[in-house]
Amino acid sequence: MKFGILVNEGPFQHQASDSAYLFTKAALEKGHEIYRVFFYYDGVNNANKLSEPQADDRDLVKLWSALAEEHKVDLVVCVAAALRRGIKDDILAPGFRISGLGQLIESGIVADRQITFGD
Amino acid sequence: MEEEWDEDGPEVVKRFMYVNRKAPYGTVYALEMLEKVLIAAAFEQDVHVVFMDDGVYQLKKEQETKGINMKNFSPTFRALEGYDVEKLYVEKESLEARGLTVDDLVVPVEVLSSQDLKALMDKQEVILTA
Amino acid sequence: MLLHTVNKSPFERNTLESCLRVCEDGAGILLIEDGVYGALDNTVVADLIKKRMGNIKFYVLGPDVDARGLGNQTMIDGIETVDFGGFVDLVEKHSATQSWL
Repeated sequence: MKFGILVNEGPFQHQASDSAYLFTKAALEKGHEIYRVFFYYDGVNNANKLSEPQADDRDLVKLWSALAEEHKVDLVVCVAAALRRGIKDDILAPGFRISGLGQLIESGIVADRQITFGD
Repeated sequence: MEEEWDEDGPEVVKRFMYVNRKAPYGTVYALEMLEKVLIAAAFEQDVHVVFMDDGVYQLKKEQETKGINMKNFSPTFRALEGYDVEKLYVEKESLEARGLTVDDLVVPVEVLSSQDLKALMDKQEVILTA
Repeated sequence: MLLHTVNKSPFERNTLESCLRVCEDGAGILLIEDGVYGALDNTVVADLIKKRMGNIKFYVLGPDVDARGLGNQTMIDGIETVDFGGFVDLVEKHSATQSWL
């Protein structure tokens, strides 16, 4: 089955991105396809390669990047939400790309299931 | 991805529901939700917009935001019709719990009991919340 | 039938109540993140779920329960614990997912 994932929060204020990551990983392990993970609201902060969590903390930016690398997951950051928050191409972590909100709607249309993680 | 979109994208019309449960201004959720609604309309999907809980306050008439330095986005709800977003619903219980009536709202809406909303929600294929 | 997820504590927010108000009989509700506090028995909010137990299937995300030190607490009878794989299965088997935030 094809899943579309929407992440509405960044890595440091809410559990949403952690839950979304673990859900995405579990879905891939079960052999499902992740059509797209779309990052909206403060969720765009998951793409910021300049973020430096403390050494004993999990690094969600790197975890998402690794998932994209390993499973070719399409990680899309909303352009309008990103510009507001200063997230631009030159600070994007590997595997992320910036595109329009239409990519979220397209995910809803194409995926068999669309699920939101947020606050 | 692009190819797939060209093949079955525009022909597919899904039932999309947007559930607005948060008040405006205190957080950004209401504003960015409205942006999502406008985009879905551009994709010619069957869009349903629901206001319940504090989300009904997004539609309150007479919003005047100059004093808090933020943009008043409530007039945009009146523009939705121009984007063919005409299915606006307000949950009756949420409206009444806040002492509001449809006369307090900036746009005409259909008032649904939670019973009716249940049935409508159950038919949706994509539900987006904030 | 829909799967609903609830991620707020019922002690702090009305999220679970709102979800229950518009949740069809036969649907599923999965408590995740701070929503898992709603699964505890012997609390002032436990009746919210108990009243609908026969009609709605309730689930709670185990890793969130354990993280909050609730692994040995009594859960409301009838709530099924799932892991993230079980979460994926629930999303798959329901027609769509509504996330109550």
